[in-house]
This record gives sequence, C-alpha cells and structure tokens, in this order.
Amino acid sequence: MKWNGWGYSDSRFLFNKKGQAEFTGKRYRLSGMIIPGLKDWMEGTFGASLQHKAPATPILNSTAVQPATINEAFVEEVKATTIPFSVEAEDRVFRAHGHCLHEIFALREGKIGRVPDMVVWPSCHSDVVKIVELASKHNVCLIPYGGGTSVSSALECPPEETRSIVSLDTSQMNRILWIDEKNLTAHVEAGIVGQDLERLLNESGYCTGHEPDSMEFSSLGGWVATRASGMKKNIYGNIEDLVVHVKMVTPRGVIEKSCQGPRMSTGPDVHHFIMGSEGTLGVVTEVTLKIRPMPEYQKYGSVVFPNFEQGVACLREVAKQVCAKSLSCFFWHALKPQVSSIFTSFLDGLKKFYITKFKGFDPNRLCVATLLFEGDREKVLQHEKQVYDIAAKFGGLAAGEDNGQRGYMLTFVIAYLRDLGMEYYVIGESFETSVPWDRVLDICRNVKARIIRECKDKGVQFPPLSTCRVTQTYDAGACVYFYFAFNYRGLSDPIHMFEQVEHAAREEILANGGSLSHHHGVGKLRKEWMRETVSDVGLGMLKSVKDYVDPNNIFGNRNLL
Amino acid sequence: MCTSKYTSNLVFVANHISAVSSFLQHTDPMLKKRDEFEDMLEERRNSSDFRYALKCYTPVVYKNLTPCDANSLKSMVLQSDQLHYVISQVSKETGRTREDLQEEASGIIEEMAHRLQLSTVRFFAFALCKVFKTLFKSICVNEDGIQRLQQAIHEHPVVLLPSHRSYMDFLLMSYILYTYDIALPVIAAGMDFMGMKVVGEMLRMSGAFFIRRSFGGDKLYWAVFSEYVKTILKNGLAPVEFFLEGTRSRTSKSLTPKLGLLNIAIDPFLKGEVFDISLVPVSISYERILEESLYAREMLGVPKPKESTSGLFKARKVLSEDYGSIHVYFGQPVSVRQLAEGRVNRCQFSLTPRYIPMRPNEDVQTFVNDTAYRLVRAQEENMVLKPWVLLATILLQAEDLERGIPLEELTEQALWLRDLCRQYGGFLHWPGMCSKVISSSLSLHHGLVRLSEGNVYLALSGGPVSPEEQVLSRAVPVLSCVSYRNQALHVFVRPALLATAVHTSASNNKQDIFNTFSFLRNMFCNEFILCPNATVQDFEEACFLLVKTGVLQVSQQEMVVTPRGHRTMSFLSRLLLPFVQGYQVVCAFLCEKASDTLTEKEFVQAIRKFVIKQLLSGTLRYPEVLSSDLQKNAFAALLRLGAVHKVKSVDQTGLKINKVTVNSLEDTLGKNPSLMSDSNSLFQKIISNVFLGGKLPTPKASVARL
Repeated sequence: MKWNGWGYSDSRFLFNKKGQAEFTGKRYRLSGMIIPGLKDWMEGTFGASLQHKAPATPILNSTAVQPATINEAFVEEVKATTIPFSVEAEDRVFRAHGHCLHEIFALREGKIGRVPDMVVWPSCHSDVVKIVELASKHNVCLIPYGGGTSVSSALECPPEETRSIVSLDTSQMNRILWIDEKNLTAHVEAGIVGQDLERLLNESGYCTGHEPDSMEFSSLGGWVATRASGMKKNIYGNIEDLVVHVKMVTPRGVIEKSCQGPRMSTGPDVHHFIMGSEGTLGVVTEVTLKIRPMPEYQKYGSVVFPNFEQGVACLREVAKQVCAKSLSCFFWHALKPQVSSIFTSFLDGLKKFYITKFKGFDPNRLCVATLLFEGDREKVLQHEKQVYDIAAKFGGLAAGEDNGQRGYMLTFVIAYLRDLGMEYYVIGESFETSVPWDRVLDICRNVKARIIRECKDKGVQFPPLSTCRVTQTYDAGACVYFYFAFNYRGLSDPIHMFEQVEHAAREEILANGGSLSHHHGVGKLRKEWMRETVSDVGLGMLKSVKDYVDPNNIFGNRNLL
Repeated sequence: MCTSKYTSNLVFVANHISAVSSFLQHTDPMLKKRDEFEDMLEERRNSSDFRYALKCYTPVVYKNLTPCDANSLKSMVLQSDQLHYVISQVSKETGRTREDLQEEASGIIEEMAHRLQLSTVRFFAFALCKVFKTLFKSICVNEDGIQRLQQAIHEHPVVLLPSHRSYMDFLLMSYILYTYDIALPVIAAGMDFMGMKVVGEMLRMSGAFFIRRSFGGDKLYWAVFSEYVKTILKNGLAPVEFFLEGTRSRTSKSLTPKLGLLNIAIDPFLKGEVFDISLVPVSISYERILEESLYAREMLGVPKPKESTSGLFKARKVLSEDYGSIHVYFGQPVSVRQLAEGRVNRCQFSLTPRYIPMRPNEDVQTFVNDTAYRLVRAQEENMVLKPWVLLATILLQAEDLERGIPLEELTEQALWLRDLCRQYGGFLHWPGMCSKVISSSLSLHHGLVRLSEGNVYLALSGGPVSPEEQVLSRAVPVLSCVSYRNQALHVFVRPALLATAVHTSASNNKQDIFNTFSFLRNMFCNEFILCPNATVQDFEEACFLLVKTGVLQVSQQEMVVTPRGHRTMSFLSRLLLPFVQGYQVVCAFLCEKASDTLTEKEFVQAIRKFVIKQLLSGTLRYPEVLSSDLQKNAFAALLRLGAVHKVKSVDQTGLKINKVTVNSLEDTLGKNPSLMSDSNSLFQKIISNVFLGGKLPTPKASVARL
C-alpha cells in the first residue's frame, strides 16, 4: 500500500519515457495498458504539461513526525495483555489520515501534523474490550481505524488533543465466524476488508452484494460506522438494510441486541446510534449480515443519451418500475467525450457509435449510463428489455455490454487518477449528496456553476473540471456525485483555496435541497453543518447519547458533533 | 422600556458616527464612476430609416436557451405543476370542475400572453425613428451599459427595471434594444393599454404582455401570471421588463417600489431553478416630459384620461414641440445571488414541493423589499439631471413666485447649486457655458417660465374666474416646475432631512438631532425613497456630506453649523419646507375640519378645499401642497403611524382620527420646536416612539400618563 496516495504500491498511472500514459501493475483489467488519450486530456482539460511536475516526497522522513506522547501506565498494562502494538513513526503516520485531498497533499509535501502516538492491533472482540477498559482507566484517547479510506477528515487527530492518542486498528479482526445457511446470515468480525469478505463468502457460494467503490480497502466496521452505501444497493440494499445484529464496545460496556429477529418494535432502533456514529461512541467488533446465494446470471449494459436532462428523466422513470428494484443497478456518467477518452477503448467504441448511428447527438452534451443486471437469468433478460424500452422513450440508445463493463472498471481506477494529477499540479476531489428527484437537474447545474464561479473569483487560471453523475436511484430521489479538479500552478495556497471552493460547493448543495452527505459521512470536514442538518434538538439528542456512553470522551476523534 | 431602547440607540449612533468618515471614504458620491453617453439618433439622422428597420437583427441570447415560440410557452404554462396544483385547490374550494378551471386558465393566458413578432418591432422601429427625430434633439445611451447588458443576457436570465415617467418608456426601451441588437424584452403592461384596440395588439406583438391591475384574491389568475413570468425567466427565453414603481410617477419622484413582480422574478433563484438572475436598473431621464401639464392637472384633480387610441392621436399636437434630449442609463447588472448571500437561507424551500405557492416568510419579504429599494435608488442615482432641474429648484424657492428672480442672481445661484449638486453625487448634465446653458433651458421650457426685464419668473396665468379656480390654474405651472425640481430631490433628501433636523432640534446635541432626523425620516417615508431599517445609514450619509462640504462641524457630543454653512443649510431646509408645511396642513385639516363621518373617498376633495382656503388666506405659501400626491402620501404616513385608522363598513371606508396624536405630529413637524426638549411631555414620548419604529401609544394610555 502507498503511504501517500491511493491503493496498492504497484498500481499507478504514470507517463513512460515515450510520454505515453500507462497504468502499472497486474491487478486491474487496465493494468499494463497504454492509455494514449490521457495525456491530451490532461493537457486539454487542465492546461497541465508534462514539463511541469510537482513530485511528492518519496519516503517518509520520520524526524518530521512529532515524538509520541506515551501514557506509560497504559502501555505497561497493554503489554501485559500481549495485544500487539507499535510506536513506530511509519505505523503512526499511516493511520493518521484518510483520503481527503488536503490529507494526501500534505503527505506528498512531507508535512505531518498530529498523529496517533501508538497503534494497537486487537485480534478479537475481547481484546477490544480490554483495550477500551484500559483506555478508560488511564484516560487515553482511542481512534478506531479500519481501512483508512475516509474522505471526511474523520481519521485526523484533533490537534488540540493533549492526551495520548491510540489508533485502534481492527485489521486483525478479519474472520467470518459463522455462516447460517438456514437464515442466510453471516457473523463476521468488523475488521474484515470488503473484497476479502466477498471472496470468502463466494467460496461458500454466497455474497453480501455490498460493493462500495472503496471495497478493496474499506472494512465492515467502517461501513457500519459511516452508514456506507454500495453500488448494487438497488439489489441488496445499503448497509443499514444488510445489518441484522451489531456488537460495539463502548466505555460504558458492550451494546448489542438480545436476538436476531429480522425486525423489532422495541423503541428507537439502537442500531441507529451505532450506524453513522463515526467512531465517537465505540468500536464495532462483530456484525451479523444478511447474505444471498451468488447470482446465477450477471449482465452488463450501457445506454447513451443525447443529454443529461433526458438521461435523468429516464433514470427517474426506471426507478419507479419494478425492474430497478429487483435487480438492475444503475450507473450514470455525465462525462464529456474527452473524459471518457481517457480510456481509448471506451472512446473508440463510443466514437464509432455516435458517428455512425447517432449523428443527431451533440458529442459535447452526450451522456452514458452503465448498467449491471444480476439475478436469475430469465428475470435479468426480462428486466433488461424493460430498461432498454424505457431508455428508448427518453431518446437513449443501447451502447453495448462492453461499455458497461468498462464503466465499472473505471470506478476502481479513478481514485488512482488523482495521484497522477497531483504529479502535474492538478488537484481534485469528488463529493456526494442525495437529493429529491425534482431537484436533481437544478442541483447539478447550480453546483457545477458555483464551482466554476468560485474558481474564477479566486484567480484560478484554467477553467476547472466541474462535472457530476447520478450514482444511485431511490424511490424518492437520487445520489449525485460531483467531481471538481483544477490546475493550481501559480496559486500560493492551493489547498486553502480548494477548501474554500469545496465549502462553497457544499453550501450550494444544501441551499438546493441536497443532503450534507449520502454515504461519505460527516467527520470533521462537514460537521459545521450538522446543527442545521438535524436541528438543535436533533443535535442535542446525539450529544446526550455521547455524554452518556462516553462521558470522558475516550473516543475522542471529535467527528460529527 | 423606551428609555433603554433610547440609550442603546445613542451608543449605537455614537459608535457609528465616529466610524463614518473612514467608512464612507469609499462611497464618496463625488467619486462615483459613470459611463459616457452616445447619441443614438445621430446615426438615424444620417442614414436610411427604412434600411435601419430592416437591418439584420441577431441578438446574443441566454447560453442555456432552448428556443421556444409563443405558443409552446403558453402550453408550458398551462401544463406546469404549479397550475395543476392551483387548479385542483381552487376546484376543491369552489366546487368548479377542473376542466372548467383549465378552460379559464387558457382564457387568462390568451388575454395575457405576448406575441412578439420581429416584423412589428421593425414597424415600430421605423415609426419611432420618425417620431423621435421630430420630438427630441438626441437620445443618449451609455453604450458600456449596453455591453454589460449583453453580457448579462448571455450569462443569466435578466430582468430589466426601467424608471417610469412617461408612456414612452417601454417603447423607447425596446427601440434602443433593437437598435443595439440586444434581445428584445417581454414587458409587463397594465391591462388599460389593451383598451386601445389596434395599438394594444401592436404592443402585444412588440413584446408586451398584459396584466390586470388588481386580482388580489384570484388564485388562478395569480398562478397563471406568476408561472408565465417564471417560465420566461427560468428558460431565459427573453429578458423580462417591468416597472418597479408599478405606475408612471406623475411627480418625477421615484415611487415606493411594488414588490409583486419582483417577488415572482426572484423566486426561481431562491428555489434553485436558475443559478442566478441579473437585475438591471435603467434610468430614463427626459429633459422635458411629454405629459408635463397633464400630470400637473391630474395632481390637481382633473382625472387621468382613459387610454384610448383616439386619445393617442389627439396627442399628436405634442409632435410639433421640442422636447430636448433623453438620457438612458443602463445600470450595473445586480446579481440576485450576490444580494441574497448570507441574507436568505434557501434551505427553507427544501421541505415543500416547489410548485406549491407559498407566502414568502419574513426574511424573504425583507430581502425583496430591500432589494427593491436598492434598485430604485440605483435608478435614481443614474438619472441624468438637466440644468433646468436646478433652475426650477431655485425658482420655486424665490421669495415671490410672481416676481421671480433677476437673471443674474439666477445664474449665480445656479452655478452654486450646480457645484453643490455635484458634491452630493448628482449626475448632472451641464453642457458648456453657464449663460448659454441657462438661456437654452429657459427657452426649452418656455411654457413654464418667462424672462422679461431681466427677471425670470414662472408663467402663472390668471383668468377672470373665481379665486378658487385661479388658485388651481396658477398651480398648474408650479406643479410642473415642482416635478422638475423633484428630479433632484434624491440627491438632497438626506442632507435636507438633517438640515431640517438641525434647525428644529432644541439643542445641538447629536442625539437630539438624530432623534429629530429619525422622526422626520419616518414621517416622510412615503414621500421619498428611504429604505426601511436604514435610518442610521441615512443619517451617516447625511452627516458625511454636510461635514465634507464644510457645512457642519461634528464633535463628540454636538453638531454645529459653520459660518459658511448657512447658505447650504437654508437651501436644504427650504427644499423640504413645502413638504413639512404640506404635512402640517393635512394634520391641521384632520384635527380642525374633519368631521366624524369623513370617509376615505371624501378626503381628497375636502382637503383640496381646505388647502385652497389656506392659500387664499395667505397662511400657506406653497401652491404645491395642492398636489394630491403629497396629500395622499401624508395621509398614508398618518395611517402608518396609527394617527388615523380606517373603519370599514358595508359600502364605504370611514376614518377614525386620533386627534391627540395628529396634533402632536403636526407640532413636532416644526411649529414649536421647544416641545422637543420637554422630556416630560407626552409629545416626547410619542416622538420617541415614532422614530424608534414603535407604535404610537393608544389615546387611553396617553391620557392616563398625562
């Protein structure tokens, strides 16, 4: 894993000696491929140039890391439990950040702020109970750490924290404890990473179907703690639909329900204090999840629309129909052809496509939806037909399975692209919201325009990339992603400026009836808006729960509230 | 409670005054930058009008425009969610069928909708060329403003907000926009135009849409109308033009803005349906107003003739006159988004479907109101003042209106006033040598002013009629002059309120003066454009101007008139005096003459008789008090301050007059300034209530306190 960028160390975009873009490694379908369109796209869209590099600090300089504040008594007792721990600079720095732009940017520049003073690796629920007890006893601050893919500054150590900060890394708690084939549930330790969970379940013929974009690295406990959402949620549900039972260790003790009933009327659901608590109340240790037999049949697909408006209208219509609910998973790219041209094959297919068949489409307004159908064969084919029929009514044209599959592949490698951008003075970020159907188009237009306006006002030379896509559909609305990136050459404090623009964009989202977050969570990045989001009383309720569960603020990451 | 409010205000003001000079440095009106003008008639005089009318017209349009013809616009409105919702509401309430209501809605939109046609516009362009060239010396337009407008139209939906002084305004606007190849606006016009059969339809084809003057309770009408305007704006189909003042100002003073259409126009932004909307104030100033004496007569009680085609042709005799020049200034486009930043929380619209019409909450109302005032002030500021405006001002202040002023003195005063006006930020057009400017002004307005034996005086004609009729007929030229003087009022009104406050206050104490200023300002809110909630800013602005021009000296506690400041001070107070006395007369009338059975309808007639009497007896100096506009404003102020109440009965609206309050207001306006210092008096209490925006005490409570 990279210490200052996304994903595996062997996988990255780079420009080879011939000046061609290439994706290294062997892990992805794109690995080892040359991507000729990428250079032009970087230059054309951002005004970036291969001559102007902003290289990262190659290795961590451990002298830049603040010395650890050690709570000796705590360390002594941890030693006695034989739970592994470390005070090495590298271990601490690695767990001091998520993947917000400012976090990665600082690492690339070799700037390191407050980091945890110690890392512990519990290997089971009872280890966690011991650690939390000791932390309470010695007044040590605990910050749970799962996959480290947070994009809400949730993992940042509060700079004002004077106590010893201990990062509680759940990665060793990664076993499936049992699978119950009668009830189709699995009981799993919370530190398991998404792709391992899926792989292990697949070996037994099952799956959870929970596939967030970060599933290669993010953990089950992290999903629960942030109310995660996966791209197949239309078929399988979001994390809150999948969870049957949760165990969480808090300074007050362990919280869990007494049975595994599929639904209960027992007052407010205590699971909802746990889901989305973002590590402020305790550590999720074990989760019982719904599982399903692996799908009999999978089929990708894609549709091209003449413009974004018609595409959204089509999505809305599909969301009303059964075919969306039972099995299709919808995806949506509002990408200009240059963007899709990053991946030649994608472009070639498309180009031929609209030049030969759909001359009527304006290539600058054209949009692509990628689809994935899962389930039994008959139903998949039936629903596929329904979806294409609806699409046709909205001017959409089927664009083939291949393009659909490439769309999915893009999801996993897109995060690597940002690292390439940063090598050439391009910084960017994506952020999401959820919004009622009737506001989707308005929010997209206004937020994109706001980003462009803010960049212009703040003196960004090149027009920024400001685009969006609809990634999830619900009965009552959709999840919208925004992408924002620009070339920062000539700006003295690009990160500060970037944050101002991102802040303005979030204000715009809220003003247009969008939510504070659909699934990224609040962390510290967005907590200034919590009060207006959940009202004074709502915030008070959450605070009183925190006060009861964790009066000494042992789980002191200061997220959310 | 009063006292504590009072002190906190004192501290507030004191803090502010100390910060004034530094703060206002940036907003010194002298430093205001304004564009140059070009005469657009010049080219018309040198080339073919016919070819001009047929010229290639390809305006820049809104960047996100999906073109849409007049008919599909209508069906968009009829099929809108809002209309469907309102139809089902009304259907539930009244029991009428939806089909029936849908039918009515189609009828409304047929009656309302514009049918903009380029050919009609070309016809008008041709005809107007001919007319304008005979009527006017020049039509001057700031071309930079046109450039900005073009840019604004490309970027966002645009609302054009011209000032309204003449029937000409909207034809003139379209004419200018056509000439400069700018997208033609659709224009909200009063239904009364539709009465003019052919002309009404022609106006419709040149972009006018017609709205009924009053449709207060008619939900369906409101829904069709607001959806119509919003659909045009949201899709950027055309700039929408309307008059913030609601109607033509007969007095050349800007009118208190009407908020209905502005509310509708801002709504798509607040609800996130567009990224932004640009509001463009346009100031149209006429050197000589076509309707000059018509207006004066109307103010004096001759009712306004109904718009009719034949009436328009009768107006042909105006064609033989010279009406000088027109200046049209396209102001800086104002971004609604920027104005709303930090003032309106747009999240409030997230919890209800946007097609359900909702009464705007208080925040939004205040915001729209402030925006409206701001725009009217922007119109005022860019209004070009002709030299005659200053001459009229001076002539109206003459000791004896009949005798007038010696030309030399007039010239000297005009020069002095010119400089003062410039210092106060007036947008003065003073072409060349003083004597020449004056003589050409006098000759242009030969109907109002005479020059003989070196004296300049108003043309007050008197015939062999009854004294009452004579008073009225002599008031006609006076009121015409007043309407010219009024054009400059916005430049002087704040300093004039301060000057009057300094004169009437019991002491030089800053707080006393502020209190009096605040009282006067509150009293004259209906008369001048004074934004509610801006008392402190207005006071600061007035202080800044008077201090800057060396008229006042302000120390920690006191404000003192400097020796060389007396001339300005007396000019400023005399400027306001007709209004002060006019309001006092209205008060006196209500106290002395008004019977208990006086109705609102009778008020206008009765007060006119009363004023004529006062003028004849010599107790009142100013014939302009005869202006029904002034009387109505005074009446509205008294209603607002609770000194008069309306009592509605079946067939009429009666008036209940609180004589104690009216009396005290009359006195406070200046009859007996010493009352101001009597802290035990009832008046003091009333006054402090009035300027602090509180309600006047009820008579019972007042009596109890006495």
